[in-house]
Amino acid sequence: MIPTKFDYKKASSISEAVALLKEHGYDAKILAGGHSLIPAMKLRLNSPGVLIDISGIEGMNKIEEDGDAVIVGANCTHQQIASSGLIQKEVNILSQTASTIGDVQVRNCGTIGGSLAHSDPAADYPATVLACDAQIVVEGGGGSRVIAASDFFQGIYTTALEDDEIIVAVKFPKVRKGSYQKFYQSASRFAVVGVAAVQAPDGGIRVGVTGVADTPYRATAVEAAYDGSSSAASHAVDGVEVMSDHFADAEYRAHLAKVMARRALEAL
Amino acid sequence: MQIKLTVNGKEYSHDVEPRLSLTHYLREVLDLTGTHIGCDTSSCGACTVLLDGRAVKSCTLLAVQADGCEIITIEGMANGSELHPIQAAFKEEHGLQCGFCTPGMVMTAADILKNNPTPTEAEIRHGLEGNYCRCTGYHNIVKSVQRAAETLNQ
Repeated sequence: MIPTKFDYKKASSISEAVALLKEHGYDAKILAGGHSLIPAMKLRLNSPGVLIDISGIEGMNKIEEDGDAVIVGANCTHQQIASSGLIQKEVNILSQTASTIGDVQVRNCGTIGGSLAHSDPAADYPATVLACDAQIVVEGGGGSRVIAASDFFQGIYTTALEDDEIIVAVKFPKVRKGSYQKFYQSASRFAVVGVAAVQAPDGGIRVGVTGVADTPYRATAVEAAYDGSSSAASHAVDGVEVMSDHFADAEYRAHLAKVMARRALEAL
Repeated sequence: MQIKLTVNGKEYSHDVEPRLSLTHYLREVLDLTGTHIGCDTSSCGACTVLLDGRAVKSCTLLAVQADGCEIITIEGMANGSELHPIQAAFKEEHGLQCGFCTPGMVMTAADILKNNPTPTEAEIRHGLEGNYCRCTGYHNIVKSVQRAAETLNQ
Protein backbone atom coordinates (compact mmCIF):
# COMPACT_ATOMS: atom_id res chain seq x y z
CA MET A 1 0.00 0.00 0.00
CA ILE A 2 1.32 3.38 -1.01
CA PRO A 3 0.04 6.79 0.10
CA THR A 4 -0.98 9.49 -2.36
CA LYS A 5 1.78 11.93 -3.32
CA PHE A 6 2.76 14.60 -0.84
CA ASP A 7 5.49 17.14 -0.19
CA TYR A 8 7.76 16.50 2.76
CA LYS A 9 9.07 19.40 4.83
CA LYS A 10 11.42 18.89 7.73
CA ALA A 11 10.99 21.68 10.27
CA SER A 12 14.08 22.66 12.22
CA SER A 13 12.24 24.79 14.79
CA ILE A 14 8.77 25.06 16.30
CA SER A 15 8.27 28.49 14.71
CA GLU A 16 9.17 27.08 11.30
CA ALA A 17 6.67 24.24 11.77
CA VAL A 18 3.95 26.71 12.81
CA ALA A 19 4.73 28.92 9.80
CA LEU A 20 4.47 25.89 7.49
CA LEU A 21 1.14 24.93 9.08
CA LYS A 22 -0.15 28.45 8.52
CA GLU A 23 1.07 28.43 4.92
CA HIS A 24 -0.46 25.10 3.94
CA GLY A 25 -3.55 25.08 6.17
CA TYR A 26 -5.84 22.10 5.85
CA ASP A 27 -3.61 20.46 3.27
CA ALA A 28 -0.84 19.90 5.84
CA LYS A 29 -0.40 17.35 8.60
CA ILE A 30 2.22 17.24 11.32
CA LEU A 31 4.42 14.12 11.21
CA ALA A 32 5.82 13.09 14.61
CA GLY A 33 6.33 9.33 15.06
CA GLY A 34 3.90 8.68 12.21
CA HIS A 35 2.53 5.49 13.70
CA SER A 36 -1.09 6.54 13.34
CA LEU A 37 -0.71 8.93 10.42
CA ILE A 38 1.32 6.79 8.02
CA PRO A 39 -0.97 3.71 8.23
CA ALA A 40 -3.95 6.05 7.70
CA MET A 41 -2.24 7.52 4.65
CA LYS A 42 -1.38 4.08 3.27
CA LEU A 43 -5.01 3.05 3.65
CA ARG A 44 -5.91 6.35 1.92
CA LEU A 45 -8.05 7.37 4.88
CA ASN A 46 -6.00 10.53 4.96
CA SER A 47 -4.25 12.20 2.03
CA PRO A 48 -2.47 15.36 3.13
CA GLY A 49 -0.63 17.30 0.43
CA VAL A 50 2.18 18.31 2.79
CA LEU A 51 3.80 16.52 5.71
CA ILE A 52 5.64 18.69 8.21
CA ASP A 53 8.13 16.50 10.06
CA ILE A 54 8.76 17.86 13.56
CA SER A 55 10.82 14.91 14.78
CA GLY A 56 14.15 16.67 14.35
CA ILE A 57 13.29 19.83 16.30
CA GLU A 58 15.87 20.29 19.01
CA GLY A 59 14.69 20.24 22.61
CA MET A 60 11.30 18.65 21.95
CA ASN A 61 12.29 15.23 23.24
CA LYS A 62 13.43 16.18 26.73
CA ILE A 63 12.04 15.05 30.07
CA GLU A 64 12.69 17.62 32.77
CA GLU A 65 11.81 18.24 36.40
CA ASP A 66 10.17 21.60 37.08
CA GLY A 67 9.43 22.04 40.79
CA ASP A 68 6.34 19.98 41.56
CA ALA A 69 5.95 18.88 37.95
CA VAL A 70 7.65 16.88 35.23
CA ILE A 71 7.67 18.36 31.74
CA VAL A 72 7.62 15.81 28.95
CA GLY A 73 8.54 17.05 25.48
CA ALA A 74 5.97 16.24 22.82
CA ASN A 75 8.49 14.25 20.76
CA CYS A 76 9.33 11.85 23.60
CA THR A 77 8.64 8.31 22.45
CA HIS A 78 6.55 5.89 24.49
CA GLN A 79 9.74 3.91 25.09
CA GLN A 80 11.54 6.98 26.42
CA ILE A 81 8.63 7.70 28.78
CA ALA A 82 8.34 4.07 29.90
CA SER A 83 12.04 3.86 30.74
CA SER A 84 12.68 7.35 32.18
CA GLY A 85 13.94 7.13 35.76
CA LEU A 86 12.54 10.59 36.53
CA ILE A 87 9.04 9.65 35.34
CA GLN A 88 9.19 6.27 37.07
CA LYS A 89 10.00 8.09 40.32
CA GLU A 90 7.70 11.11 40.09
CA VAL A 91 4.80 10.17 37.77
CA ASN A 92 5.04 6.40 37.77
CA ILE A 93 1.54 5.94 36.35
CA LEU A 94 2.70 7.71 33.16
CA SER A 95 5.58 5.32 32.62
CA GLN A 96 3.25 2.41 33.43
CA THR A 97 0.76 3.70 30.82
CA ALA A 98 3.44 4.17 28.14
CA SER A 99 4.73 0.64 28.65
CA THR A 100 1.30 -0.79 27.72
CA ILE A 101 1.14 0.93 24.33
CA GLY A 102 1.39 -1.20 21.18
CA ASP A 103 4.63 -3.20 21.11
CA VAL A 104 8.39 -2.61 21.31
CA GLN A 105 8.65 -1.28 17.76
CA VAL A 106 5.64 1.01 18.09
CA ARG A 107 6.91 2.34 21.42
CA ASN A 108 10.28 3.10 19.80
CA CYS A 109 8.61 5.43 17.27
CA GLY A 110 5.27 6.73 18.56
CA THR A 111 5.32 9.97 20.57
CA ILE A 112 3.16 11.37 23.35
CA GLY A 113 2.48 14.58 21.42
CA GLY A 114 1.45 12.66 18.31
CA SER A 115 -0.82 10.37 20.27
CA LEU A 116 -2.56 13.22 22.10
CA ALA A 117 -3.01 15.32 18.95
CA HIS A 118 -4.39 12.30 17.08
CA SER A 119 -6.83 11.64 19.97
CA ASP A 120 -7.81 8.10 19.11
CA PRO A 121 -10.75 7.14 21.36
CA ALA A 122 -8.92 3.90 22.27
CA ALA A 123 -5.55 5.55 23.03
CA ASP A 124 -4.02 5.01 26.48
CA TYR A 125 -2.52 8.39 27.42
CA PRO A 126 -5.82 10.33 27.66
CA ALA A 127 -6.94 8.40 30.78
CA THR A 128 -3.67 9.16 32.54
CA VAL A 129 -3.40 12.74 31.30
CA LEU A 130 -6.91 13.37 32.71
CA ALA A 131 -6.28 11.58 36.02
CA CYS A 132 -3.00 13.46 36.51
CA ASP A 133 -4.68 16.78 35.65
CA ALA A 134 -1.81 17.41 33.23
CA GLN A 135 -1.44 20.52 31.10
CA ILE A 136 -0.91 20.44 27.35
CA VAL A 137 1.53 23.14 26.24
CA VAL A 138 0.93 24.23 22.66
CA GLU A 139 2.40 26.77 20.30
CA GLY A 140 0.73 28.32 17.30
CA GLY A 141 0.26 31.44 15.21
CA GLY A 142 -1.21 33.22 18.23
CA GLY A 143 1.75 32.37 20.47
CA SER A 144 1.91 29.74 23.13
CA ARG A 145 -0.81 28.67 25.56
CA VAL A 146 -1.57 25.93 28.05
CA ILE A 147 -4.65 23.74 27.74
CA ALA A 148 -5.96 21.84 30.77
CA ALA A 149 -6.37 18.11 30.17
CA SER A 150 -10.07 18.39 30.99
CA ASP A 151 -10.52 20.91 28.14
CA PHE A 152 -8.28 19.17 25.60
CA PHE A 153 -10.24 16.12 24.44
CA GLN A 154 -13.39 17.07 22.54
CA GLY A 155 -14.47 13.98 20.62
CA ILE A 156 -13.28 11.21 18.32
CA TYR A 157 -10.02 12.46 16.78
CA THR A 158 -11.00 15.95 17.93
CA THR A 159 -9.06 18.17 20.33
CA ALA A 160 -8.89 21.79 21.46
CA LEU A 161 -5.87 22.38 19.18
CA GLU A 162 -6.34 25.20 16.68
CA ASP A 163 -5.42 24.50 13.04
CA ASP A 164 -2.06 26.24 13.36
CA GLU A 165 -1.13 24.84 16.78
CA ILE A 166 1.37 22.14 17.70
CA ILE A 167 1.75 20.36 21.03
CA VAL A 168 5.24 21.13 22.31
CA ALA A 169 5.14 19.51 25.77
CA VAL A 170 2.93 17.99 28.44
CA LYS A 171 3.32 19.11 32.04
CA PHE A 172 2.49 16.45 34.63
CA PRO A 173 2.15 17.34 38.31
CA LYS A 174 4.10 14.85 40.40
CA VAL A 175 1.87 12.00 41.54
CA ARG A 176 2.40 10.19 44.81
CA LYS A 177 0.41 7.13 43.86
CA GLY A 178 -1.46 6.08 40.76
CA SER A 179 -2.44 3.06 38.69
CA TYR A 180 -3.42 2.49 35.07
CA GLN A 181 -5.47 -0.61 34.37
CA LYS A 182 -6.22 -1.66 30.84
CA PHE A 183 -8.17 -4.33 29.01
CA TYR A 184 -6.19 -4.91 25.82
CA GLN A 185 -7.65 -5.29 22.37
CA SER A 186 -5.92 -8.60 21.74
CA ALA A 187 -4.56 -7.87 18.26
CA SER A 188 -3.86 -4.13 18.20
CA ARG A 189 -2.99 -3.73 21.91
CA PHE A 190 -5.10 -0.58 21.99
CA ALA A 191 -7.30 -0.16 25.07
CA VAL A 192 -10.78 -1.61 24.80
CA VAL A 193 -11.08 0.08 28.19
CA GLY A 194 -8.39 1.91 30.18
CA VAL A 195 -8.83 3.43 33.64
CA ALA A 196 -6.26 5.62 35.39
CA ALA A 197 -6.63 6.53 39.06
CA VAL A 198 -4.35 8.79 41.08
CA GLN A 199 -4.29 10.14 44.61
CA ALA A 200 -4.91 13.89 44.49
CA PRO A 201 -3.03 16.27 46.81
CA ASP A 202 -6.34 17.19 48.55
CA GLY A 203 -6.70 13.62 49.81
CA GLY A 204 -9.25 12.60 47.19
CA ILE A 205 -8.68 10.77 43.94
CA ARG A 206 -8.90 11.59 40.26
CA VAL A 207 -10.01 9.02 37.73
CA GLY A 208 -9.63 9.17 33.92
CA VAL A 209 -11.28 6.73 31.54
CA THR A 210 -10.44 5.95 27.91
CA GLY A 211 -11.98 3.61 25.35
CA VAL A 212 -15.46 3.73 26.87
CA ALA A 213 -17.04 6.83 25.33
CA ASP A 214 -16.23 8.69 22.12
CA THR A 215 -14.31 11.17 24.30
CA PRO A 216 -12.11 10.20 27.26
CA TYR A 217 -13.56 11.52 30.50
CA ARG A 218 -13.03 12.13 34.21
CA ALA A 219 -15.15 9.63 36.15
CA THR A 220 -16.34 12.27 38.62
CA ALA A 221 -19.01 9.95 40.04
CA VAL A 222 -16.27 7.51 41.09
CA GLU A 223 -14.20 10.35 42.54
CA ALA A 224 -17.17 11.63 44.58
CA ALA A 225 -18.16 8.20 45.88
CA TYR A 226 -14.61 7.14 46.81
CA ASP A 227 -14.41 6.07 50.45
CA GLY A 228 -10.98 4.45 50.48
CA SER A 229 -12.34 1.14 49.26
CA SER A 230 -12.90 0.06 45.66
CA SER A 231 -16.71 0.09 45.86
CA ALA A 232 -16.89 3.47 44.07
CA ALA A 233 -15.79 1.65 40.89
CA SER A 234 -19.42 0.71 40.28
CA HIS A 235 -19.97 4.36 39.21
CA ALA A 236 -17.39 4.20 36.39
CA VAL A 237 -19.89 4.79 33.57
CA ASP A 238 -22.51 6.89 35.41
CA GLY A 239 -24.00 9.40 32.97
CA VAL A 240 -21.82 8.16 30.10
CA GLU A 241 -22.98 7.05 26.67
CA VAL A 242 -20.96 3.84 26.31
CA MET A 243 -19.54 2.95 22.88
CA SER A 244 -20.37 -0.30 21.16
CA ASP A 245 -18.31 -2.00 18.46
CA HIS A 246 -17.37 -5.46 17.22
CA PHE A 247 -14.84 -5.94 20.04
CA ALA A 248 -17.14 -5.06 22.89
CA ASP A 249 -20.81 -4.10 22.96
CA ALA A 250 -21.96 -1.36 25.34
CA GLU A 251 -23.01 -3.71 28.13
CA TYR A 252 -19.72 -5.64 28.12
CA ARG A 253 -17.68 -2.46 27.80
CA ALA A 254 -19.51 -0.90 30.77
CA HIS A 255 -18.74 -4.03 32.77
CA LEU A 256 -15.07 -3.87 31.78
CA ALA A 257 -14.92 -0.20 32.82
CA LYS A 258 -16.15 -1.08 36.31
CA VAL A 259 -13.68 -3.97 36.62
CA MET A 260 -10.72 -1.86 35.45
CA ALA A 261 -11.82 0.97 37.80
CA ARG A 262 -11.96 -1.48 40.69
CA ARG A 263 -8.46 -2.76 39.91
CA ALA A 264 -7.13 0.79 39.65
CA LEU A 265 -8.68 1.78 43.00
CA GLU A 266 -7.41 -1.39 44.66
CA ALA A 267 -3.89 -0.53 43.53
CA LEU A 268 -3.95 2.92 45.19
CA MET B 1 14.25 14.32 -2.01
CA GLN B 2 17.90 13.45 -1.47
CA ILE B 3 18.59 11.15 1.47
CA LYS B 4 21.83 9.83 2.89
CA LEU B 5 21.94 6.92 5.30
CA THR B 6 24.03 3.99 6.42
CA VAL B 7 22.68 0.48 5.91
CA ASN B 8 24.61 -2.47 7.31
CA GLY B 9 27.71 -0.31 7.59
CA LYS B 10 27.60 0.96 4.02
CA GLU B 11 26.73 4.54 3.11
CA TYR B 12 24.04 5.20 0.52
CA SER B 13 22.67 8.34 -1.05
CA HIS B 14 19.54 8.37 -3.22
CA ASP B 15 16.93 10.72 -4.54
CA VAL B 16 13.61 9.27 -3.36
CA GLU B 17 9.95 10.18 -3.50
CA PRO B 18 8.71 11.26 -0.03
CA ARG B 19 6.01 8.57 -0.08
CA LEU B 20 8.51 5.72 -0.49
CA SER B 21 8.44 3.56 2.65
CA LEU B 22 11.67 2.50 4.28
CA THR B 23 10.76 -1.15 3.54
CA HIS B 24 10.36 -0.46 -0.17
CA TYR B 25 13.59 1.54 -0.15
CA LEU B 26 15.49 -1.37 1.41
CA ARG B 27 13.88 -4.03 -0.77
CA GLU B 28 13.58 -2.30 -4.13
CA VAL B 29 16.27 0.37 -4.19
CA LEU B 30 18.98 -1.45 -2.20
CA ASP B 31 17.81 -4.95 -3.19
CA LEU B 32 17.90 -6.08 0.46
CA THR B 33 14.91 -8.39 0.29
CA GLY B 34 15.52 -10.05 3.66
CA THR B 35 13.24 -7.42 5.21
CA HIS B 36 9.78 -8.78 4.53
CA ILE B 37 6.44 -7.10 3.97
CA GLY B 38 3.63 -8.85 5.83
CA CYS B 39 0.63 -6.83 6.96
CA ASP B 40 2.07 -3.52 5.70
CA THR B 41 0.23 -1.68 8.52
CA SER B 42 2.66 -1.96 11.47
CA SER B 43 1.00 -4.95 13.11
CA CYS B 44 2.93 -8.07 12.11
CA GLY B 45 6.58 -7.03 12.58
CA ALA B 46 7.94 -8.91 9.52
CA CYS B 47 9.52 -5.64 8.32
CA THR B 48 11.41 -4.94 11.57
CA VAL B 49 14.88 -3.41 11.21
CA LEU B 50 17.16 -1.60 13.65
CA LEU B 51 17.17 2.18 13.22
CA ASP B 52 19.93 3.80 15.28
CA GLY B 53 19.95 0.60 17.35
CA ARG B 54 16.20 0.40 18.07
CA ALA B 55 13.74 -2.07 16.52
CA VAL B 56 11.24 -0.30 14.26
CA LYS B 57 8.63 -1.39 11.74
CA SER B 58 10.06 -0.16 8.47
CA CYS B 59 6.68 -0.35 6.67
CA THR B 60 5.49 2.53 8.84
CA LEU B 61 8.47 4.77 8.32
CA LEU B 62 9.17 6.81 5.24
CA ALA B 63 12.61 6.48 3.74
CA VAL B 64 12.97 10.27 4.15
CA GLN B 65 12.48 9.88 7.92
CA ALA B 66 15.55 7.65 7.99
CA ASP B 67 17.73 10.35 6.43
CA GLY B 68 20.98 10.55 8.39
CA CYS B 69 20.24 7.36 10.34
CA GLU B 70 22.06 4.09 10.71
CA ILE B 71 20.09 0.98 9.78
CA ILE B 72 20.79 -2.69 10.32
CA THR B 73 18.73 -5.24 8.41
CA ILE B 74 18.81 -9.03 8.70
CA GLU B 75 21.51 -9.02 5.99
CA GLY B 76 23.73 -7.07 8.37
CA MET B 77 23.56 -9.55 11.24
CA ALA B 78 25.85 -12.38 10.11
CA ASN B 79 29.60 -11.91 9.93
CA GLY B 80 30.33 -13.35 6.50
CA SER B 81 29.32 -17.01 6.67
CA GLU B 82 29.26 -16.96 10.46
CA LEU B 83 25.70 -16.55 11.74
CA HIS B 84 24.95 -13.95 14.39
CA PRO B 85 24.35 -15.69 17.75
CA ILE B 86 20.63 -14.86 17.51
CA GLN B 87 20.42 -16.41 14.03
CA ALA B 88 22.41 -19.45 15.21
CA ALA B 89 20.03 -19.87 18.16
CA PHE B 90 16.99 -19.80 15.86
CA LYS B 91 18.64 -22.56 13.80
CA GLU B 92 19.53 -24.67 16.85
CA GLU B 93 16.14 -24.34 18.56
CA HIS B 94 14.06 -24.75 15.38
CA GLY B 95 12.80 -21.19 15.85
CA LEU B 96 11.43 -21.10 12.32
CA GLN B 97 9.13 -23.12 10.14
CA CYS B 98 8.25 -21.25 6.96
CA GLY B 99 10.74 -18.52 7.87
CA PHE B 100 8.66 -15.55 6.73
CA CYS B 101 8.56 -13.87 10.15
CA THR B 102 12.14 -14.81 11.06
CA PRO B 103 14.00 -11.66 9.94
CA GLY B 104 11.62 -9.53 11.99
CA MET B 105 11.83 -11.89 14.96
CA VAL B 106 15.65 -11.79 14.90
CA MET B 107 15.76 -7.98 14.69
CA THR B 108 13.27 -7.55 17.53
CA ALA B 109 15.19 -10.11 19.59
CA ALA B 110 18.30 -7.98 19.06
CA ASP B 111 16.47 -4.97 20.57
CA ILE B 112 15.12 -7.04 23.49
CA LEU B 113 18.54 -8.48 24.34
CA LYS B 114 20.34 -5.18 23.98
CA ASN B 115 18.09 -3.58 26.60
CA ASN B 116 17.72 -6.64 28.79
CA PRO B 117 20.55 -9.18 28.40
CA THR B 118 18.91 -11.67 30.79
CA PRO B 119 15.19 -11.57 30.01
CA THR B 120 12.71 -13.93 31.63
CA GLU B 121 10.45 -16.01 29.42
CA ALA B 122 7.59 -13.60 30.18
CA GLU B 123 9.75 -10.62 29.21
CA ILE B 124 10.67 -12.29 25.91
CA ARG B 125 7.02 -13.02 25.14
CA HIS B 126 6.09 -9.43 26.03
CA GLY B 127 8.96 -8.15 23.90
CA LEU B 128 7.85 -10.17 20.88
CA GLU B 129 4.25 -8.92 21.06
CA GLY B 130 4.68 -6.95 17.86
CA ASN B 131 5.85 -9.91 15.78
CA TYR B 132 3.43 -12.46 14.41
CA CYS B 133 4.33 -16.01 13.43
CA ARG B 134 1.52 -17.53 11.40
CA CYS B 135 3.04 -20.99 11.72
CA THR B 136 2.44 -20.29 15.44
CA GLY B 137 5.93 -21.44 16.27
CA TYR B 138 6.18 -19.07 19.21
CA HIS B 139 7.33 -21.67 21.69
CA ASN B 140 10.56 -22.40 19.85
CA ILE B 141 11.03 -18.74 18.98
CA VAL B 142 11.03 -17.92 22.70
CA LYS B 143 13.50 -20.77 23.31
CA SER B 144 15.69 -19.37 20.53
CA VAL B 145 15.82 -15.96 22.19
CA GLN B 146 16.64 -17.62 25.52
CA ARG B 147 19.48 -19.55 23.93
CA ALA B 148 20.73 -16.43 22.15
CA ALA B 149 20.78 -14.62 25.51
CA GLU B 150 22.88 -17.43 26.99
CA THR B 151 25.34 -17.34 24.09
CA LEU B 152 25.64 -13.57 24.11
CA ASN B 153 26.24 -13.56 27.88
CA GLN B 154 29.08 -16.08 27.72
